[in-house]
Amino acid sequence: MLKDKLADVFNEPDCATNQAKSAADKKKGCAIKGLQPGAAAGGCAFDGAKIALQPVVDVAHLVHGPIACEGNAWDNRHSGSSGPQLYRMGFTTDLTELDVIHGGEKKLWKAIKEIIAKYDPPAVFVYQTCVPALIGDDVKKVCMVATEKLGIPVIPVDAPGFVGSKNLGNKLAGETLLDYVIGTAEPDPDDIRPTDINLIGEYNLVGELGQIIPLLDELGIRIRAGITGDARYRDLTMCHRASVNMLLCGQAMINVARKMQERWGIPYFEGSFYGIEDTSAALRNMAALCVQQGAAPDLIERTDALIAREEARCWDRIRPHADRLKGRKVLLYTGGHKTWSVVSALHEMGMEVVRTSVRKATETDKAKALDLMEGNEDALVQAIPNPEMYRMLREGEADIMLSGGRTQFVALKARTAWLDINQERLYAYAGYDGMVELVKRMDLAVNNPVWAQVRAPAPWEVSP
Amino acid sequence: MNAAVLTPRKAASVNPLKSSAPLGAAMAYLGMAECQPLFHGSQGCTAFAMVLMVRHFREAIPVQTTAMNEISTILGGMDHVEQALVTIATRAKPKLIGICSTGLTETRGEDVGPELKILKARNPELADVGVVFAATPDYAGGLQEGWAIAVTALIEAFVPAEKLPTDRDQITILASSALTPGDIDELRDITEAFGLSAIVLPDLSGSLDGHVPDAYQGTSYGGTTLEDMRRLGASAATLAFGASLRRPAEVLEARTGVPSRVLDLPLGLEAADALIVALTEISGRPVPNRLRRQRSQVVDALLDSHFYYGGKSVALAAEPDLLLPWARLFAGLGAELPVVISTVNTPELAAVPAASVTVGDLEDLEHGAAEARCDLLVTHAHGRQASARLGIPLYRMGFPMFDRVGNQHRVSVGYRGTRDRVFEVANLFLESLDHEHEGEDGHAGSHTAPG
Ligand code: SF4
Repeated sequence: MLKDKLADVFNEPDCATNQAKSAADKKKGCAIKGLQPGAAAGGCAFDGAKIALQPVVDVAHLVHGPIACEGNAWDNRHSGSSGPQLYRMGFTTDLTELDVIHGGEKKLWKAIKEIIAKYDPPAVFVYQTCVPALIGDDVKKVCMVATEKLGIPVIPVDAPGFVGSKNLGNKLAGETLLDYVIGTAEPDPDDIRPTDINLIGEYNLVGELGQIIPLLDELGIRIRAGITGDARYRDLTMCHRASVNMLLCGQAMINVARKMQERWGIPYFEGSFYGIEDTSAALRNMAALCVQQGAAPDLIERTDALIAREEARCWDRIRPHADRLKGRKVLLYTGGHKTWSVVSALHEMGMEVVRTSVRKATETDKAKALDLMEGNEDALVQAIPNPEMYRMLREGEADIMLSGGRTQFVALKARTAWLDINQERLYAYAGYDGMVELVKRMDLAVNNPVWAQVRAPAPWEVSP
Repeated sequence: MNAAVLTPRKAASVNPLKSSAPLGAAMAYLGMAECQPLFHGSQGCTAFAMVLMVRHFREAIPVQTTAMNEISTILGGMDHVEQALVTIATRAKPKLIGICSTGLTETRGEDVGPELKILKARNPELADVGVVFAATPDYAGGLQEGWAIAVTALIEAFVPAEKLPTDRDQITILASSALTPGDIDELRDITEAFGLSAIVLPDLSGSLDGHVPDAYQGTSYGGTTLEDMRRLGASAATLAFGASLRRPAEVLEARTGVPSRVLDLPLGLEAADALIVALTEISGRPVPNRLRRQRSQVVDALLDSHFYYGGKSVALAAEPDLLLPWARLFAGLGAELPVVISTVNTPELAAVPAASVTVGDLEDLEHGAAEARCDLLVTHAHGRQASARLGIPLYRMGFPMFDRVGNQHRVSVGYRGTRDRVFEVANLFLESLDHEHEGEDGHAGSHTAPG
């Protein structure tokens, strides 16, 4: 079963990474790539599935496995909720040695029952992990029986860590939604509008949706469901009645967008809310597709007007910072679509991007990045080994590094400014407001007087 | 009166209190000099453990994985182990690679230990690298158990089984996972006050104490060296802090003949006294004046603070090594402990000064605290949700502590550590006292005149 799913996901025709691969590479799928023992980094498929589904805020997320999978990881993300908080609780079967010997299915069934009795969620998502997968616990069967007997959807998320990377887990999470959730309920027919959209691959990190929703509200565009940012289970079941899908975050959930188009004829476009230009382009595309789906044509003019106003307002707020950031050098170390979506934003500030890492970026991402870097191939790099990164920063080749938590201390120990732009970040950077926030944070980081103090040698180290 | 230990039969652990055993083992390895911990398992376990340690210590955490997948697990993962060792040895050039297994590889039942010799023999890259293996399945125990297993493995691998001429001024300290780098520094200071020098195993104070080295290093920065390990047999005594270290202490004593004592974490007046008594006996020297003064400061702290602890009801959750001294500290100041939660069942739990101890999770803490209308929650950072829901203040201690900075320097041991922690908690009680009065009569601040 899982094997078929994996094959299906690997063959995703709209996935640019797949298109670029040779037939032999395709056979290998995206599971094994980059996993060299002793030199591997990154989360497992379960991690990816959890990232993609945990933002469903009103359900219980139950992890079937020993303590490692949930005990070390619960409540560790900043996806926000505008209401329910159940998603932040950590539920796990915490398998013991005896469970491993006798099989964990019974315990899982009991755990599901307990959780429903105590917390009354609209649904339970059950995550399979390595150990129960290895001993052959049939999570699907338990979920099926539970759904039947307990009268509440209990949904198996079959993405045990060892099948592959985080990215694969994202996709398997998408398949889970397609198989068990999306399209399982119908909205009131009067409550379907051509201006209803879904945001696919948006996780409401640090409440970023709050920076986007006011714009959409003003245009009369409604989010049927975030997939899965700030999502309620019920909204997801009915989100197949949206008119337009916007696909964020690169390829992570492209299977959802494509299959929703196939099954329910919902057109989708790819876009990003990072950066001024990107936000405006996303709004324009969104409006155009809504009109194509039957929305009143004046939506386009209204969108243009909103964009003009917001861009001007945004620039007004950014300008004071831009003066202080102009000419400063940035090392951008992220990957995927941020490879380019953030570059354009930084260029808007007059900053110089000395390098951008194109790890996990598709050919399209790379082309976009190269274009933005004016064809300078040297500026596009793969992974930078930590010692080299440390050297670059210590020797002042960049004034600030934007990256994820993993490399935070390489920058800090090199006494260089650092800003988190990955999932553990503390501030929201989406839309026009988010851009102002990002610029403000960069300004605060790079111009903080602390750098002079921490770079100065101790008095006894100064040669007379 | 002995505390009754309750082990409820819950199928779902809700809001886990426990971190995993391999994480504990890896953390112990990080207390070794120039070490690279290696998880034998699938990559996700390593990533989660690393992220959690990064968030707690706010340091780069150099951990690696053998990157097992479904097929290699079924076929056996020795070639993954071999490849990982060689890759790490060539890239990071560590002095030591500490392997811990995970639930995945233990489920298949792979015994890596005996094979290490063969791997070392056929790979010249590994000639100068120490390699050690700890069996730490995720499904048995938690952080402190994994840590202790790694400490035992280190002793068995690197401490020669022979008696060395005794150096009367040297002692060995076996450190529990419950000690912070700051705690270890404090223990070393106290030891030195008696003219003794301590070799600490594992020693997080050199590696995860948050300092800024002058060059990039891909392994742990400091910590116990293999050279130190070879000298443990010359110590006059071994002091193990935390009952979880009973087994490593026994193994060390059996190998070297150095007499060992297992003490509680020296947090609280009596526990700190026990440490001082032990050091007096080992060194044969009187208690230095500095420490006498410090003891008197603890007595004063207890006097000043007991008003605010008396009659308070506290809900406490931690691993046993940490649970016991904190429970005694609260009980010793007149607070009640209607809710006490442990990660695992150990013989020491019976000594907790409470009616019962539950082996459970933070849901048990939350429900218990609500029912008993507790005044304070005491646990690690994950208690924050319960605290917010119940409106009961949280005093953070233990691992993980991901929403506070400076964790590595928090000292809770010895007289100074005890004094500071007693005051800190008293101030929390004082603060809620202020809030209560604020609610009652609207005169906020009338009790907070600077004193
Ligand atoms: S790799 Fe497997 S065992 Fe490890 S965290 Fe991921 S799912 Fe859990």
